[in-house]
Amino acid sequence: MAHEHKLEIFRGLVKFKSNVQKIWGVLIFLTIVTAVEVALGITKPRFLTHNYFIGMKLLNWIFIVLTLVKAYYITWDFMHMRDEKSSLRRAVVWTPIFLVCYLIFILLFEADYIYNVFKDGFMAWNF
Amino acid sequence: MDTTVTTGTEDSVWGGGNRPLGASYGKLMMWFFIVSDALTFSGFLVSYGFSRFKFIETWPIADEVFTHVPFFHGNYPMYYVAFMTFILIMSSVTMVLAVDAGHKMKQNSVIIYMFLTIIGGAIFVGSQAWEWATFIKGDYGAVETKGGRILQFVNAETGERAALADFATTLPEERVKHLKSEGIWFEQEGYKTSFSLNEVVEGFKATPNILIRTETITEEGEKTLLNREESLAKLLDGTQVVEGANLIHNEYGSRLFADFFFFITGFHGFHVFSGVVINIIIFFNVILGTYERRGHYEMVEKVGLYWHFVDLVWVFVFTFFYLV
Repeated sequence: MAHEHKLEIFRGLVKFKSNVQKIWGVLIFLTIVTAVEVALGITKPRFLTHNYFIGMKLLNWIFIVLTLVKAYYITWDFMHMRDEKSSLRRAVVWTPIFLVCYLIFILLFEADYIYNVFKDGFMAWNF
Repeated sequence: MDTTVTTGTEDSVWGGGNRPLGASYGKLMMWFFIVSDALTFSGFLVSYGFSRFKFIETWPIADEVFTHVPFFHGNYPMYYVAFMTFILIMSSVTMVLAVDAGHKMKQNSVIIYMFLTIIGGAIFVGSQAWEWATFIKGDYGAVETKGGRILQFVNAETGERAALADFATTLPEERVKHLKSEGIWFEQEGYKTSFSLNEVVEGFKATPNILIRTETITEEGEKTLLNREESLAKLLDGTQVVEGANLIHNEYGSRLFADFFFFITGFHGFHVFSGVVINIIIFFNVILGTYERRGHYEMVEKVGLYWHFVDLVWVFVFTFFYLV
């Protein structure tokens, strides 16, 4: 039971007076991030959709990074991960991250292979 | 072990009462559950990515699928999902405020915040149900080809999507829904479309300003538009009319898209629903003063962890289903 809360976010850049204030502060931050995502999703700026980084559009990279940012603040401040012991934090966070990265790696590679089989193979599927 | 000589440090290590992770049993178990549930959802989302990478050139564009807002007509991509996301984040905030009030042993504040959390969850589940209903009902209608690909229709003058009703003619033909009792026992139609394939084809031939849009995505990130001759030739591949989406046919494009939509948002919606039920149970316990007598509000904290996790999952579903 962690009754004392760490009240700093952004590595100490913003420090809140109480836990309740921090909750509202994090809400404002999450809302801004979501608004940015939706705005980018609707406008789709051309330089973000026509430039690629490791086979994926820059826009999609931005979405994924912003999602991870949101996930971080939900876990750290709403689920109070910031106040837990580092052993608990590492056990809960790094285990899924490792497994999910592995899963993403093997499945997306396999999917790309199947895409090429469909594309270059002798099987017609788009008829 | 009682007979062995122990020093002070050994005593504190083996004597019990150690809390290396500094969390109570209940909270730790909730974290374990969350880790395993997170892996389940990751499995779903990664398999969605698998199917999408497999059909990367023909996958439906989410902006064109989820364009409706309740009580408003017109094309509003994503606004409603953004609203749903905000509702869920908001209910997460009221939940964490309830946890905070619980730490301070303020029973009445916990009651109010739990109540608001439940309302937020209910709005979200309701919105999700509406989203499903709209998706199942369909928008414009399409024609499915022999290969299971989807042909959609576009008005050549405005460049906007054309509904089947805009151009299909009514032919003097009787189309009956195929039932199990009328043929082989394992074959039947789920629903009867408002136009038969013949009516769509005849109407298409009679209306020169309608073009066909295929599933293939161009360099510009838009669906390929065929010209009139190509459209007329392509329409001959059609085998049936599709309106709306289910697990087998999907007017928006790849049927896998509909399957994953139902499966992932359905599984998440089920989590929200069970979260609301658990919240209601805890809500009544708070009203009855159970935790006041117990001396701490840790149950609120535990259900809060689950509730935030549901929000966390939605953040990812939102990105991978609606944005990317």
